[in-house]
Amino acid sequence: MTTTESTLDRPASPPAFQPVSGARKTKNLVATVLVGLAFLVAVVPLVWLLITVVAKGFTALLSADWWTHSLKGVLPEEFTGGVYHAIIGTLLQTLVCALIAVPVGVLAAIYLVEYGRGRLARTTTFMVDILSGVPSIVAALFVFALWIGTFGLGQSAFAVSLSLVLLMLPVVVRSTEEMLRLVPQELREASYALGVPKWKTIVKIVLPTALSGVVTGVMLAMARVMGETAPVLVLVGYSKSINFNIFDGNMTSLPLLIYTELTNPLPAGQLRVWGAALTLIILIMLFNLVATVVSRFSAIKTK
Amino acid sequence: MAKRIDVKDLNIFYGKFHAVDGVTLAVPPRSVTAFIGPSGCGKSTVLRSLNRMHEVTPGARVEGKVLLDGEDIYASSVDPVEVRRTIGMVFQRPNPFPTMSIRDNVVAGLKLAGVSNRKQLNEVAERSLRGANLWAEVKDRLDKPGGSLSGGQQQRLCIARAIAVQPDVLLMDEPCSALDPISTLAIEDLIGELKKDFTIVIVTHNMQQAARVSDQTAFFNLAGVGQPGKLVEIDDTEKIFSNPNQQATEDYISGRFG
Amino acid sequence: MIGAMTEDSGQSGGRAGVRRPGDSIFRALTTGSGLAIVIAIGLIGIFLLIKAVPSLVADKANFLFSPDFITTDPTNLKFGIRDLFVVTVLSSLVALVIAMPIALGIALFLTHYAPARLSRPFAYIVDLLAAVPSIVFGLWGAQVLGPTLEPFETWLNKVFGWFPLFANGNIPLAGAGTIFTVGVVLAVMLLPIITSVTREVFRQTPVMQIEGALALGATKWEMLRTTVLPFGRSGYIAASMLGLGRALGETVAVLIILHASPKPSGFSLFDGGYTFASKIASAASEFSQPLPTGAYIAAGLVLFVLTFIVNAAARSVAGGKVHK
Repeated sequence: MTTTESTLDRPASPPAFQPVSGARKTKNLVATVLVGLAFLVAVVPLVWLLITVVAKGFTALLSADWWTHSLKGVLPEEFTGGVYHAIIGTLLQTLVCALIAVPVGVLAAIYLVEYGRGRLARTTTFMVDILSGVPSIVAALFVFALWIGTFGLGQSAFAVSLSLVLLMLPVVVRSTEEMLRLVPQELREASYALGVPKWKTIVKIVLPTALSGVVTGVMLAMARVMGETAPVLVLVGYSKSINFNIFDGNMTSLPLLIYTELTNPLPAGQLRVWGAALTLIILIMLFNLVATVVSRFSAIKTK
Repeated sequence: MAKRIDVKDLNIFYGKFHAVDGVTLAVPPRSVTAFIGPSGCGKSTVLRSLNRMHEVTPGARVEGKVLLDGEDIYASSVDPVEVRRTIGMVFQRPNPFPTMSIRDNVVAGLKLAGVSNRKQLNEVAERSLRGANLWAEVKDRLDKPGGSLSGGQQQRLCIARAIAVQPDVLLMDEPCSALDPISTLAIEDLIGELKKDFTIVIVTHNMQQAARVSDQTAFFNLAGVGQPGKLVEIDDTEKIFSNPNQQATEDYISGRFG
Repeated sequence: MIGAMTEDSGQSGGRAGVRRPGDSIFRALTTGSGLAIVIAIGLIGIFLLIKAVPSLVADKANFLFSPDFITTDPTNLKFGIRDLFVVTVLSSLVALVIAMPIALGIALFLTHYAPARLSRPFAYIVDLLAAVPSIVFGLWGAQVLGPTLEPFETWLNKVFGWFPLFANGNIPLAGAGTIFTVGVVLAVMLLPIITSVTREVFRQTPVMQIEGALALGATKWEMLRTTVLPFGRSGYIAASMLGLGRALGETVAVLIILHASPKPSGFSLFDGGYTFASKIASAASEFSQPLPTGAYIAAGLVLFVLTFIVNAAARSVAGGKVHK
């Protein structure tokens, strides 16, 4: 192997592969770098934000009172009390919302997949898309106009749940629809061929087959709505103590607690804000985690 | 048990598309009738119209009569669900219910119809699995999911499931097309036994299979591209495979086309 | 042959003579649920309209072009949406300008550059951004990101101040509670939305096209440019519009970050003020008298119509490719 370059050393025949021009190579390299950078750019704020929340909030979570006590009788400057009442409020409002949104959403998805033909089905699909784009503040205003403005009923956690229903419905419909469409048509036919009526086929064969996917979708939808703040600002009052009554009285959720304590500039208030933010993120992650675990038990073989 | 089927001038449409034109044939009880013909000739469509399964496809409709022991299954007073309970079906690909155990798969039809007596269900499960030649292979793992079986076993499970509701007629839509030769043989043996109790109609792509298992054979063909499929002839299997009346049948059987 | 067809010879196709009560009930139940969603959207529009009209009638200012939003005196309402509109659109556009190219890069990275084994966990990381509630984004934007951006915004303002968008705003830059900061935070919030939809569309690119391009000796980038990008363009645009819809309606993050301003909007990115959503939320605790409340509901109605249009447009652009 010589390293000297001379025209005589060059092979007489052209190289086996046509070389790729330098400009094309450079372009390809630049694109690769940019695309990789884009991903990093997304990771930076995520890590930055999570580190901030953990660093500023984790000390609040270390006290046992945080998980077991409310803020009843706690003064703004005091480092005592906890967010038990807000966790209860968040879970209650989300749960009541799910109790309404899941049956309606699942049934609507069944309609779209199993029955829907023609205009009403197309309109419904369109409206589900529109509903998924309705801002949470608009959903809250609508419930305000209906529940409080028209029916004359007071602010309550239930009103919050109603507005959350509007936000949760499209998510449930979409995910359920997707799962139902994954159920092989052959299973429906096998059931029909046994002389099973259509509704029973759907309830006893199709739904159970899609169940884990539906549950996953519902958990993700719940995780999404429990962080919503706009509805609680409009539809329910802040309370420092525990309230289990969703139809009456003020009820605090974690977002509402964060928003309210923001006006408290004292260190204790700031700790509560970040502590509650961390708690809310943990709660949401928990729901996401359960959703991921449930999806592992799917009865549908994808590929 | 085991009723006869008479099809009279049956036309099948998908929306505006005329899929099958004027089929008339008779299926005697306790016999095996095979439907053969090239792809798209409408043989599966005719089969599915025999228990109103084609209605599952939106826009499908039929004209003409299908008589089960003289009773029109398309009469307006007849419930398609009851038709299907009387005329069972086995599909191309085995399709056990993935959420159910082997036992529950077999008795699914009964359970969904409201039978809850455990002893009775267990008896039916055993009888049906024996009837499908599967009992010996699965009797120790009845609580395992149906999907844990091999393809051929799954198909026999589906046959067990179909006969568990004690139908009069069993329709089979290319039941072996997704199976290996050994499993296919097992199913063919089973068909020979099942015809003692059931009227069987089987669609098959495999002419040797038709010759092996059936008593009479119906040959379907397309009149042309975009034309409806039609019944060319139906006769004893031996006659069809040795000396058919129609030239088209002979061409198809001898492999000259299709 | 056709002569044998008779009226009663078997009309079928799902509408046979016999209907099981179970089937009818279940069908009605599911259809009703589908219908309920359609009705819900209608009700939102109608109720907002009903509650907004009296206030719109009582409005002493020009609703479309007045920068004022004074509702303290029910007998002398003066409110308009000019500034709300300007702030909403400016912050959303900033968000889109930042988020669109980055989301495109991420989607390409996840579908064609990341090692197959890492593609899923990487996608999960991006999706994690969507799990962070907007109030936490608001906290972070106001207390952490804003102060960090302040020197950069000051510099932009100093060097490019001659350009209207970077001119002096109507609030002091201290803490950077500006439209610009809001736009950056919104951009981060939009990333997972735009990425996830775009990613799905890119995945649907026919393998034959990709292999065809590679077989012609295209570099990876040339392959992406000639197959994946053209195939996914409409999906990407639709995804960005869905993101725009989300940005227009984002409430609490904006409310926390953006500083209020006593002066009307000057169309600068360093302005403060309110978006439609944050204006409504800011006054939520004072919703007691019908007429002033109606003013905010009118603003909410405009926001509803705006997001409706953007989402409907996104749907028509996507043409069935996007299902989200």
